[in-house]
This record gives sequence, C-alpha cells and structure tokens, in this order.
Amino acid sequence: MSDPSLLALTLAEARDGLVRKSFSARELATAYNEAVNEIEPLNAYVTPTPERALAMADAADHRLAKGEALPLDGIPIAVKDLYCTKGVLTTAASHILNGFHPPYESTVTDKLWQSGAVMLGKTNLDEFAMGSSTTTSYYGPVENPWRRLPEHQMGDNRPLVPGGSSGGSAAAVAARAALAATGTDTGGSIRQPASFCGIVGLKPTYGRCSRWGVVAYASSLDHPGPMTHTVRDAAIMLRAMAGHDPKDSTSAPVPVPDFEAALTGDIRGLRVGIPKEYRVDGMPAEIELLWQQGVEWLRDSGAEPVDISLPLTKYALPTYYIIAPAEASSNLARYDGVRFGLRVEGNSLEEMYELTRAAGFGAEVRRRVLIGTYVLSAGYYDAYYLKAQRVRTLIRRDFVNAFDQVDCILTPTAPSAAFAIGDKSEDPIAMYLNDVFTVPANLAGMPAISLPAGLSGDGLPLGLQITGRAFDEETLLRVAEVLESAAQFRHLPSFVAGGKS
Amino acid sequence: MIEGRTGAWETVIGLEVHAQVVSKAKLFSGAATDFGADTNTQVSPVDAAFPGMLPVINRFCVEQAVRTGLGLAAEIRLESVFDRKNYFYPDLPPGYQISQYQQPVVGHGRVVLDMPDGTTREIGITRLHLEQDAGKSLHDQHPSLTYVDLNRAGVALMEIVSEPDLRSAEEAGIYLRKLRSILRYLGTCDGNMEEGSLRCDCNVSVRRPGEPYGTRCEIKNLNSVRYVMQAIEYEARRQIEVIEEGDAIAQQTRLFDSRRGVTRPMRSKEEAHDYRYFPDPDLLPLVLDPEWVASLRADLPELPDMKKARFVSEYGLSADDAGVLVAEKETALFFERVATGRDPKAAANWVMGDLFGALNRLGVAIERSPVSAEQLGSLIDLIADGTISGRLAKDVFADMVATGDDPAAIVEAKGLRQLTDEAAIASAIDAVLAAQPDKLAEYRGGRDKLYGFFVGQVMRATQGKANPTLVNELLKKKLAAE
Repeated sequence: MSDPSLLALTLAEARDGLVRKSFSARELATAYNEAVNEIEPLNAYVTPTPERALAMADAADHRLAKGEALPLDGIPIAVKDLYCTKGVLTTAASHILNGFHPPYESTVTDKLWQSGAVMLGKTNLDEFAMGSSTTTSYYGPVENPWRRLPEHQMGDNRPLVPGGSSGGSAAAVAARAALAATGTDTGGSIRQPASFCGIVGLKPTYGRCSRWGVVAYASSLDHPGPMTHTVRDAAIMLRAMAGHDPKDSTSAPVPVPDFEAALTGDIRGLRVGIPKEYRVDGMPAEIELLWQQGVEWLRDSGAEPVDISLPLTKYALPTYYIIAPAEASSNLARYDGVRFGLRVEGNSLEEMYELTRAAGFGAEVRRRVLIGTYVLSAGYYDAYYLKAQRVRTLIRRDFVNAFDQVDCILTPTAPSAAFAIGDKSEDPIAMYLNDVFTVPANLAGMPAISLPAGLSGDGLPLGLQITGRAFDEETLLRVAEVLESAAQFRHLPSFVAGGKS
Repeated sequence: MIEGRTGAWETVIGLEVHAQVVSKAKLFSGAATDFGADTNTQVSPVDAAFPGMLPVINRFCVEQAVRTGLGLAAEIRLESVFDRKNYFYPDLPPGYQISQYQQPVVGHGRVVLDMPDGTTREIGITRLHLEQDAGKSLHDQHPSLTYVDLNRAGVALMEIVSEPDLRSAEEAGIYLRKLRSILRYLGTCDGNMEEGSLRCDCNVSVRRPGEPYGTRCEIKNLNSVRYVMQAIEYEARRQIEVIEEGDAIAQQTRLFDSRRGVTRPMRSKEEAHDYRYFPDPDLLPLVLDPEWVASLRADLPELPDMKKARFVSEYGLSADDAGVLVAEKETALFFERVATGRDPKAAANWVMGDLFGALNRLGVAIERSPVSAEQLGSLIDLIADGTISGRLAKDVFADMVATGDDPAAIVEAKGLRQLTDEAAIASAIDAVLAAQPDKLAEYRGGRDKLYGFFVGQVMRATQGKANPTLVNELLKKKLAAE
C-alpha cells in the first residue's frame, strides 16, 4: 500500500517537501511506483518504468542533498505514450509501432528530465491521439477513476471513459498515480480528459512547446502541454516544458517567463469574454449553470464579464475534421512496414503495405486516413482542404478580434461529463461533438486551460475552459488560479491510489 | 524540322532538370551528402522518417537555389512554400517528398544559347524549386528482396523547368550544356551526370509549324546529354509516325532504353499518381530578406555570357573562340592565367589547339592537365623572346605533356635554344648550297619551288634551331648575290 500522505500532495507541495527534506525523492518515487501498480485496473499506463524512476529519484536526491535542486527535482510524472523516449518502448497506442524503441528523446521530455523530473512510465491514449475517449488504443480502453454516484446510476454503473486522447495521463493524475503528466492536444485531447477526470489541463500557445520527438497526428494542430492537479502545478510544468527548439521549425523563438510568478491572484479590471455561440443543442443545463457560476466567480474577483461573439465557432468542428485527417493521412504514411514497427509480409510490395497497415491501424485511424486522403485528392482539394484552411484563417481572426475587447474568454470545456465506455463508439459524429468547445483554440493556436469547477448531478467532474491571447499564458494562468480558488473543487474520484484520504 | 511522309513537323521540347545542390548537408537534416559512401551511413532519423522527426530547412541550400535563380536572370520570390508530394515507395521514407508546388522560390528566368551558326536563342525558364531527393532501391542485391539505401534520401535538388521553347534534339543538347555550365560557374551543382548530380526529364511533342502544341510525352530520368538528344530524336520520330498513321498521341510517361535507343511507355495519364500536394505543416513559408538576396546578387561570379563578351572585347578573340574558352569555367580560368601579360590570341591558339589535343588524347579534364597554365605561359614567352622557334615549341610542348617539366628546362636539357648567330647561320647556308650544286643550278634555272627545299636543309643542318626569319633573310641574300 502506498503512503497516502505522499500521494495526496500537489506538485508544488511535493517540490517544497523535497527541498525541506520532509521526504526523499526515492520515497516519493517508491510511493508513486506502487500507486502505478495499484491503478493497473484502470489501464492508464502502457509501460511503467519503475526502475528508471528509482534511478532518476536517486540522482535527484543526490542533487537535493548538495542543495543543488533543479526546478522539478524528484517529481514523479507520467508521459503520454506519444512522446518518444530514448530506449523506452513508444507505441502511440498503435500496433503499427510494435516494439519501437526510439533512439532519441523528445525535446519536451528531455527538458523535463533536465529539470530533474522522474519518469514513472508511459500512459495510454487513443491510437495516434485520434479520439475523445481513450477507447481506440491497441492496448485497450482506459477507465476513468470516477464513477457515477450510486444514487444516480439508475442501474448503470458501467465504467466511464476518461476522455481523450490523453486519457491515460488524465486518469493517472486523477487517481493520484502521478504528480503530473504530459499530454498532447490536437482538438481538445488535454482539456477534455482533464475535464472528464477532474484535473487541470493546459494547452499552451502553438509554438510554445516543441513538437520534436512527439509522434505527429496533425502537425499544425498538435500541442504538447501539461496535465496536473492544480493551476500552479500547470504553471510549474509549463515552464519546464516550454522554450524555443531549433529542431522544430514551428517552435516560437520567444522567452519563457516564470509562469508561477504570474499567479498573483489579482484579476481586477481584467475583461473576460463570454461568447454567446458556446451553447449547443442537448448540452445539459448544469453545464450552462456552472458556466454562469464561473462568470459570477470572476465578477466577484473583480473581473469584468463582457458578452462577445465568435460567429464562426459553428464551423470549427467541420474545419477541424478536414484539416486534422488531411495532415494525419500524410503524417501516417511513414508507417509502411519498411523501417520500424510492425511488418506483415506479402507477396508484393503493395501487398506488404496493405497487410501491414490493415493489421497495424485500428478502425478510427483508418477512418481518418481515408477521410484525409479523400479531402486532399485531385478534384476535392479546393472544395475541402483549401476551403477549410480559409475558414481556419477566419476563425483565428475571430479570436484576434475578440482579444481586442477582452483579455481572456470563459467557456465550458466539454458539452458533457464523462460517458460510459462503449457509448458513442458506434457513432463517430457523436464522438467528434465532444470536441466542439475545445477545437477552436487548436485552429486558432491560442492557449487554453481546463480546470475542474464543479460536479454534475450524478457526481462527475465538469470543467471550465479559459482561452487566452497567443503567448499570454501568464494572464490565462492567473485567471485560472482565481477561478480555481473560487470553485474550491476538492472532490476525489471513487478510485484513487492509496485509498481515499 | 523533321520531314515526315506527309510534310514537315516541328518538335517542341521542354526540359525539367534535377540538379543536386552542392552542399555538405541535406535539405532538411544535418546528414552528410558525400557521393559513394557506404550504404545507409549518411542517414539521420529525419531522413529515415522516424516518428516525431521534423524537417528544418538548410539555409545554405536556399542560398544556392537563390544564386542559381540569379544566374538564370530569374525572378527571386521573397515568399515561397514547401509542399508535400504524397506517394508510397520504400525509398521515400516519410511517404511524401517535400517539394515546392504552387509557390517556388524562383520564378521566370532565361538561358541564352549560342547556336552553331553564330546566332543566339533565348530559352525561357518557367521556374526553379527546391525539393528532396529520394533514396535508392537496390534490386540486384538479393534474389527476391529489394534493399534500400537512404544515403541520397533528403539530399537537396533544384528542379529547373524550361518553357517549351526548344525545337530540336540538338537545341536541347546545347541548352543542357549551357545550363550545366552556368551551374558549374555558380558552384551550385557539380553537373556530374554520371554520378546522378544532374538528371533530366524531357517533355516532347510534335506539331505542324504554326499549329497549336501537340499532346506531349514525358521521358523520365535521362542521365547524359547524348541520351537526352537520342531520346528526343527517337520520340519525335515515333510521334510523327503515330500521327501520320492516323492515330493520336496518348499522353504518357516514357522511359528511354539506352541500349536499344528507344523510348517505352512507363505509365499513362490515367495511371498517373494523385500526389495530394498540400503545404507541409512542419515548415513555415520560406521568407527571404531582400537585402540578403541583393548581397547574393552582388557576390555572383562572372557567368559564361559575360565572360565571353569580355574575352571578345578585352582580348580581341573571335566570338567562336571566346565561346569555346568560356564553356567550362576551368578552361576559361586556365586560359586567362595563360593570356595574362601575353598575346591573348597565341594563348587561345595554344589552349584550344595543342593543349585540347593533348587532353583529349589523354582523356583528362583541364583541371588535371599535365601542363600547368604557368608552364604553357612560359612556353609562349620563350617563343616571344626568340629563345625557341614556334616549330620547336611544338616539340617542347609534347615533352612538357610527357614529363610535366618546365619548358625552359627542356630547352636547356635538349639544347634547343634558337640559333640567332648570323655568321653560324650563314656558314650553314654556305654548306648546304655547296653540298647541293645540282639543286642550286635548277633553282637558278627557274625552279623557284626549291627555295623551300633549301630552307628545310638549313633547318635540318641546325637541328631546327636556326631562327627562321634569319634563315630566310640570309638565304635570300645568298641566292640573290650569286
């Protein structure tokens, strides 16, 4: 049994405890290694790396003893299995990467290790990050540590999805089997699972965190970012993960501020936009109410709510589902059985390609590769891809115009709480609708954060989302922390490592 | 024009030249580009398209492309875009080639051809864009498997597309040679067709003079000027025959069989790939600083056309001679080193005559000439200052080619210094005339032709060393006096 007191810490608390020598990095790593074992039924981790965790913890203890602590020294974290980790199996939750051990470390994880963080393992995800439920993984679905309250189950106590695609990371943090995790967000894949699992998920500005060494889904939309217990933890993680990387041409050469220092608690006079378009058919009233509550909390803290319009919001989802599959169809062409991963032999080159890709890719990946191939085809390119790019430009302009009036924008993160594993799996459109509030920020490249703000009627976490100006994560985090303090979200899922404390 | 059964036909040709950029590193990765390295030793994870790897543009390759564009008097586009050209093949690891489709870095330009009849022809350049080379499939290493060598994968190529301005196989050959010359002058492509640094696709169609363009066929991947000319010649005649038989040309991609000298269909228009081009989201648009472009323009070397004009005006060479000397940068350089401070025409004659002859016989390029420009210059000096005669100089040159020695040393060692002592020459003349009383009598009798015989005898008597002018002068005097 893990030491519950160590598992109840936030990242910031653990960091301070390590520096004060209240416990050692090895003790912390041991507790979290056990927690990783304990939450095995959730299927959150694809590959735990307990020995590496202990070795890294010992190195951290060595530095801590000498008083040379690094910013994240001894902090055990989980890594979404989309980040390449040198010598450690990297799967993207796809059979096609069978047995792939990268000979390189992704820039973001390398930065985390250079900051002293300790690697607990690689977390499960939707195959190639394509999904909103972490049910498309070759390694099986991830279970949300939250369950509906018994009195609201109405006979349905089926396990719930953690959201996706970073569902393994979200479940691991929520179940207290990691102090923080890396995620990636292409259409909401950090924020929506954060909302479903009651944790904080931050999608930084496009270009803030390097994509080098992160298995690509849709290059112009993929954003690496942190998933944490608190807004402060997200600020600490982002500082370690961010920075210009000459190996990624889309990485921005901008300085990395001390995001934690931006958490002043003072948002007086800030203007918070409330876009009227973020209401969709069938959205539960409790989400609308929580959103109103969020507006009130911010008003009470001295911010000024401003009604705004983002008129092109309704086009964001269809635009996303053209651009993302288009890029994916090309990005995934390299999985051909020739150089690494799975190969199924055939009688000809074409047959080898066909058999390998048919065996290696799951249904959702195949669907998106086909859609992407279609929208880029001669005769369809202008009608689909080119038009989608034009709409994308207009959506970005919507946001830029909005930020002339306001400093950030408050919306719900997702139109629902977590749903049962198996629901929506037969209906891709229903599944895609989960991303309706998160996708616009990916198209615009703006930073956005989800934080837990309340519970649904049946006891499941609901998130609110704040979207900010490009490269102004400081304001975003400051507002998020104020909202976090107001919301006082202290609920725990029904299943956590170390038991309920 | 090609005369068919039913009248004259005009061949219309446009060339797409793939020129490998001279650069130590690849277009989007830091891997090396040396030719002939062991298989798969010059491959980075980017070239092998490992998961999560990203391309980063090599600034030097862009510089080379821009310099080439400037050398082709072309429009340099300050913003261009890299696109992905998607298709599956084992030697194309990412499943797409990064190329430039709708917005190339270089736009319209031109190449001026010097035609054999002394006129010039201007050939339009449609565009030049940067793209990656693919790897190489090795089909002959194993009875049933194909091996892949990725050393070439990701190497920078410039695709230089001409307008359909060429009208014969001969013109295509002249264009290709001229383009190669410009690239070599710029140092942006070594133009080595045997190593595959320069490859050519030919678009060929035929039409009746004055009529619209006919349907074209593309002949892929030709790797010598001779093949380009042969393939075009064959293809034009094939198309004429098809049309004259009453059939239509089908738009096709064809391959040239160099052993049989014919082109064969590779794929039809219907089988053409759908490359699904779209802007590469891993790369930002390529934006050039106009001042940087201006500085590249200012630093451009003298190119063949300018050099030819200068050789004509500065050295007084004929346009033909100047054209021959500037065709290869190294020849022009050699010539100028010989000509500086000397009679340029003598220098040109030596370079284009004896030197070219010797190099041809030896089968070596001028960079490897056994006679250096300095040595050839010294030889010309020895003639100019009367140390040796022009005739003996030919022998000295032959010795220089054979030994690599300096001409002065050869002249000394062989005692070839020219005889200018009038008394010695006069006594040699006396001896010759005395020894040939019959011939002398015939000459006196009116056989003027024998004059040459006496000169030859005097030269022989002096082992060719006598100064020919003095020999003439003194011999005439002797013959007239008696």
